[in-house]
Amino acid sequence: MTNPPPVRRSDSSPWNWLLIVPVVVPLLTFLYNSEEPRLFGFPFFYWLQFAFIALGVGTTTFVYRMTRPRTAAASATDAPSKGADDVA
Amino acid sequence: MWRDHMTEIVIFTLLFVLVSGMGFVAARWRRPTDLQHLDEWGLGGRNFGSWITWFLVGGDLYTAYTFVAVPALLFGAGAAGFFAVPYTVIMYPMVFLVLIRLWSVSHRHGYVTPADFVRGRFGSPLLALLVAVTGIVATMPYIALQLIGIEAVLKTMGLTGESALARHTPIIIAFVILAAYTYQSGLRAPALIAFVKDTLIYLVIIVAIIYIPSKLGGWGAIFDAADAKFTASPAPNDGITLNTNNQLQYFTLALGSALALFLYPHSITGVLASKNRGVIKRNMVALPAYSLLLGLIALLGYMAIAAKVKPLPGATAGTVDSNTVVPLLFDQQFPSWFAGIAFAAVGIGALVPAAIMSIAAANLFTRNIYKEYFKRDATPAQEAQVSKVTSLVVKIGAVLVIIFLDPQFSIDLQLIGGVIILQTLPAVALGLLTRWFHRGALIAGWVAGMSLGMWMLYQIPNAATKRAHFGGSAFPLSEFGFDTKRTIYVGIVAVLVNVLVAVVGTLILNAAKVPHGEDETRDDDYVADEGDPRVQKDLALDGEPAPAA
Repeated sequence: MTNPPPVRRSDSSPWNWLLIVPVVVPLLTFLYNSEEPRLFGFPFFYWLQFAFIALGVGTTTFVYRMTRPRTAAASATDAPSKGADDVA
Repeated sequence: MWRDHMTEIVIFTLLFVLVSGMGFVAARWRRPTDLQHLDEWGLGGRNFGSWITWFLVGGDLYTAYTFVAVPALLFGAGAAGFFAVPYTVIMYPMVFLVLIRLWSVSHRHGYVTPADFVRGRFGSPLLALLVAVTGIVATMPYIALQLIGIEAVLKTMGLTGESALARHTPIIIAFVILAAYTYQSGLRAPALIAFVKDTLIYLVIIVAIIYIPSKLGGWGAIFDAADAKFTASPAPNDGITLNTNNQLQYFTLALGSALALFLYPHSITGVLASKNRGVIKRNMVALPAYSLLLGLIALLGYMAIAAKVKPLPGATAGTVDSNTVVPLLFDQQFPSWFAGIAFAAVGIGALVPAAIMSIAAANLFTRNIYKEYFKRDATPAQEAQVSKVTSLVVKIGAVLVIIFLDPQFSIDLQLIGGVIILQTLPAVALGLLTRWFHRGALIAGWVAGMSLGMWMLYQIPNAATKRAHFGGSAFPLSEFGFDTKRTIYVGIVAVLVNVLVAVVGTLILNAAKVPHGEDETRDDDYVADEGDPRVQKDLALDGEPAPAA
């Protein structure tokens, strides 16, 4: 089979490493396994874990925006996303 | 008795009839030129945008059973049940980069199921069959659990007779209707109904978290009541925070469940139905809104403690059905018309995932068993027909499970389901990232992980239900010879062993120069997006396998 010229596209970006943060932090039980301090009656254990939802959404939103494919002009130059993202 | 719940029953029935009507009309929604194609019936035309996908996947992952069982867990055991929150928080960043690769390669090659992908990637029909069978077996009890969710609501409304048949008549009626509109409309039916389901659930929960605490003396009082209950109880591992013995279980259960969820065929069906990579990425950002909802729902368990809810009796004498605590809380705290809406939310919440699950299981059967082993040259229309019929069979099976077996049995099966679906992780998830693994080693890893997982589950007793085996997923590390009371989630241990065997096996098979299977996918298949010239290419799996590139 003859292959069409491979399209230079990639999902890789240094920003992706940030996604590790919201995966690891909510698993560290020692961070939040305590009743005090309470917030609006919620023990620490509960309100901090609710706060991790915001951490997760914040991080994925950030990574999504930083790695979004550039406009047609940018992708036409076929620039590897890595260099561009470092500047951005 | 049911006469006391007349208002609730009327409202529940009205809403149920409304969504059933929507289910049938859905066949004409975003009408395709030809519904007789598996892509149309089984994947809604692979054309859902961000909003529809958000409702569909949200409605698919956060099931009625979750809404009933997670608070029941907090009601019974406290903080350990809150694992559902970290689980659904870590899941999306974890799969963010993997699912878009699955979407791309599936669109290029016309894959409908995870087993299609495994077959194409590793060139091994046996491995694909294992993945397909694992998926079907893990999905079946999940569908049965949705019935348990509805049943908890019906029971609270007093709609339960004495005989087995009388007790189950409402469920059978509900499932016949569900089966009929899924047969007709395919994935479009749950996609359309999901709008109603999620709107109702959000409405009910927002009202619940404002209204019920105000009646019970505020959140502080609710947590204090829960704390007092657990302090008084003799059980060693309950409480409103974790202790040294169950932290490892909490962490591994959250991680294992997060790894497992997107391996379930029904989750993948939702993902593949979206129209481009951007839709998936945006959904990974927006789906955690449901995690917030789930966390709040979990806390209904503590509200039930504060409101002194007593769960209804279970199927066998002397046991209690803790799944009834949330419906009972609604019944007790809300005016009856709103309780009716809340019950409808749970009931409809069961229909959406049950429909998607039966479609996903049917697709697996059609693509990876029927087409692979019975009719190689099946046309897309024949595939669609087989899937439609299979979806009926799957639902009948789920109903029979509920009628003839102790409901506890399907809860156990669900527990096992999580452990077994995790064993497809190396082939499906790692397979999306790398081609390094050898097909033989992946099969060996599957066998090793599955056997170990089953053995571990068999070893776990349950003191509460007085069962010697399959009593939970928390495995005491002392069984491995460690001097500790700590427990660990079975799935994590089993999948680690699975990966280890796959790695070692690959090294051995490579050294022995055993040939790899042919990989019909190429690197750039994994980054293709909507509008790619090769995406619309005829399905590679139709007819003979595509020649290797």
